[in-house]
Amino acid sequence: MSVAITADKVVKRYGDLTIIPQLTQNIKNGEFFTLLGPSGCGKTTLLRMIAGFNSIEGGQIRFNDQVINDIPAHKRNIGMVFQSYAIFPHLTVRENVEYGLKLRNMPKDEMKTKVDKILDVVQITEYQDRLPERLSGGQQQRVALARAIVIHPSVLLMDEPLSNLDAKLRVEMRSAIREVQKQVGITTVYVTHDQEEALAISDRIAVMKKGVIQQTGTPHTIYTRPYNVFVATFIGHSNLFKGRIEEANGGKAVVFADGFVLPMSTIGEEGKIGDDVTIAVRPEEFSICGEGQGIKCKIKTKVFLGKYITYGLDFPDDMLVPDQPAIEYSQDLGHAEKVLEIGDTVYLKPNAAKINVFRADGSKSLMEGVVENE
Amino acid sequence: MNKKFQWDFWAWITLLSIVIFGLFLIYPLFSLFLSAFQDATTGAFTMENFTHFFERKYYYQSMINSFSVTACVTVLAVVVGTALAYFMTLFKVRGKGIVEICIIISLLSPPFIGAYSWILIGGRSGILTQWLAGMGIEFPSIYGFAGILLVLTLKLYPFIYLYVAGAMKNIDSALIEAAESLGCSGIKKVVTIMLPLITPTILAGALMVFMNAMADFGTPMLIGEGFNVMPVMIYSEFINEVGDQANFAAAMAAIMVLITSTIFMLQKYVVNKKSFTMSSLRPLPVGEMKGIKNVVMHLCIYLLVALSMIPQLVVIYTSFLKTNGAIFVDGYSLDSYRTIFGSLGTAISNTYIFSTAAMAVIVFLGMTVAYLTTRKKSWLTDIIDTLTMFPYIIPGSVLGITLLLAFNDDPMLLSGTALIIIISLVIRRLPYTLRSSSAILYQLSPSLEEASISLGASPLKTFFKVTAVMMLPGVMSGAIISWITAINELSSSVILFTGATKTMSVAIYTEVIRASYGTAAALSTILTVTTITAMVIFFKVSGRRDVTL
Repeated sequence: MSVAITADKVVKRYGDLTIIPQLTQNIKNGEFFTLLGPSGCGKTTLLRMIAGFNSIEGGQIRFNDQVINDIPAHKRNIGMVFQSYAIFPHLTVRENVEYGLKLRNMPKDEMKTKVDKILDVVQITEYQDRLPERLSGGQQQRVALARAIVIHPSVLLMDEPLSNLDAKLRVEMRSAIREVQKQVGITTVYVTHDQEEALAISDRIAVMKKGVIQQTGTPHTIYTRPYNVFVATFIGHSNLFKGRIEEANGGKAVVFADGFVLPMSTIGEEGKIGDDVTIAVRPEEFSICGEGQGIKCKIKTKVFLGKYITYGLDFPDDMLVPDQPAIEYSQDLGHAEKVLEIGDTVYLKPNAAKINVFRADGSKSLMEGVVENE
Repeated sequence: MNKKFQWDFWAWITLLSIVIFGLFLIYPLFSLFLSAFQDATTGAFTMENFTHFFERKYYYQSMINSFSVTACVTVLAVVVGTALAYFMTLFKVRGKGIVEICIIISLLSPPFIGAYSWILIGGRSGILTQWLAGMGIEFPSIYGFAGILLVLTLKLYPFIYLYVAGAMKNIDSALIEAAESLGCSGIKKVVTIMLPLITPTILAGALMVFMNAMADFGTPMLIGEGFNVMPVMIYSEFINEVGDQANFAAAMAAIMVLITSTIFMLQKYVVNKKSFTMSSLRPLPVGEMKGIKNVVMHLCIYLLVALSMIPQLVVIYTSFLKTNGAIFVDGYSLDSYRTIFGSLGTAISNTYIFSTAAMAVIVFLGMTVAYLTTRKKSWLTDIIDTLTMFPYIIPGSVLGITLLLAFNDDPMLLSGTALIIIISLVIRRLPYTLRSSSAILYQLSPSLEEASISLGASPLKTFFKVTAVMMLPGVMSGAIISWITAINELSSSVILFTGATKTMSVAIYTEVIRASYGTAAALSTILTVTTITAMVIFFKVSGRRDVTL
């Protein structure tokens, strides 16, 4: 049956190269847990350590209370879905799904019932006698999912399962996966580099960078209250401004480098008056305001996206944290009063309730109640 | 997964392959080299065997002969094969399919059959010679340099053809169009774009031709007469005066291996510097040749194919001629077949038994060792990988001698057994199967194996249930080609055979030497028919229209 997974100070090394230094994370029973990060961050490595395809050089991985470090992959009772699907090309759809059950010496009629049921759940009953090469990518992925789930694994591991599909199918499949997972109620570890996919599908997300988990939390938390600047910029876009915490009307406020003062009630204990900080404002957290009521900038570029218009903004360099790819403002066309043109000078007011304030080095959020591991 | 060493299946396979290659390839080769430096009677260390070779024209001439004839064959085969590939790929040729099948048949047929049927045609009492003599025309001698050149070129140009035609199919037409858009056309296009693109392929094919021509024993033995080449020299020194001349034969064999390995390394060096991969989105368009050019092209292609096929046809025809003892008389009969099924029945059954046994071993070892060297890399498997390269550079007759020398005594007395012939077949063909199996494995995604493991199959079970099953079609089609070369194998068997372990190709050779052409023809016909049948199976199994060797 489904289990909780604990990674306790696990280490992955290849020779002298340390991929994962002491990683600790718990995954709850029945949870849809996503490892998200840029390529090379160690997310797939960690997944393969759970699966048993990568060795564990230090620490422990436990399924419930059982340490699985030395259990070979084929005895861990895992279900795995691969990026390449890895459907056996020489077996029909049905035979692919039966493969794991046959290894468990399941009686014929019980096997038939189970396979019929799972084929129905993933909606591939009509293709059951086909060879995989005659299936589309989405159908192959359904076979892979059925094959992994039918054995009632302790955990379901998915390694970028949707990255080979086209955009539309990806959206369709991710709701299918989510639905099936909830229906079966199985602990699932899902690896992806696609943040939108992670936000849409997960109960919780762990954002990874260089083998270290930066933040674990619900999609909502990760997006709205990122733990550090890496998470803030990796998930969605954040414009980073230099600023300082000052006192205003008995409370706290952030002051931008051009002197604009924005009173804030969400800064926690750790943010002291006088601290230099990094202010992260998402493109949709700006609104147009009158002269002097916001920060002043110039419209540099304009991209029309239908629902939104995204403007590239021009600020004096000393207002910004250096080396940012773009400073953006997204205007929601549903509520836009006027459309701006390239070259316009405009005043933008950040939404004090939404924006995030970090230590100047970006390493930690100063917002009230933000934790690294939720 | 687990770094700790375990005595599992793969450890046994590692051990087995090291034992096989160590015992039957490295140890014999090493003892051969050692005996090359030993005095025949005293066993003391000496360079005498080598100086003996280089002092006497009779001996070193064979090296010069080998070189000159091999070089000429290679150049000629490259020119003929490349030209044929060029026209066959880029132009519409009537009966292209049949032409290709004929080319492949002539490639796979036993090499010495070519020599022997050209003797039947153009030899002293050959059909053509006598016919021309009847009209007062003297046919030029087929024996010696010219004969070897003719037979080996016709036998080996298909290598080049298959290689180059394959490469030309991989040239993207956009490359040629790009050249044209830059103002390049006609012959310049061929010289500056096409030729450089296929050069690495030509070099690879040329190496195969060179190695085959250099190592070929049957052809020069039958048609060479006074024109001595090294494999023949080694064979006769070794066979005629075993005992005091074995060390000298060993020295010659060592010289030969030195030559082939130098060429091999040189080719690898050049190819590595020039290698690139091509994949074609849109192959070159097939054009149509017009008017007189078209007629000439067709005539040339058909003539070439006819020349390649004539030996086969002559042999088949001859096998049905009435004979009186060894002499042909008027009329047709099945006498030759009656004779061989009577007296040479074991040779026929031996051939099939040995090659099938060898094929079974090759398939098993080919798949498992390829898996080791691609999926379970370690320093040990690297050693195996290197060991398996050796048979490429060791001529068959040399391998035969090394095996015979090494296993002639207790405690490892194997000479004269069927086992030693099977071993020689395995050693010679395994590398080819290994290479192709590795190529297949590199294309199989490891996640297929991981999927099976994640579903609860142990790694070993996964290998047999998933990996091996998926490799099998590719490996089997390669194995069929190996089987064909095994039934036609002569150069090592002719040294290793005894009365009880005679094979068909050895029997053909001995029959030809005895001038018993009728029985030789009947045996050859059986070989040819078997070869063609196996090829039909190969095409069915692989679903392909070409072969790689």
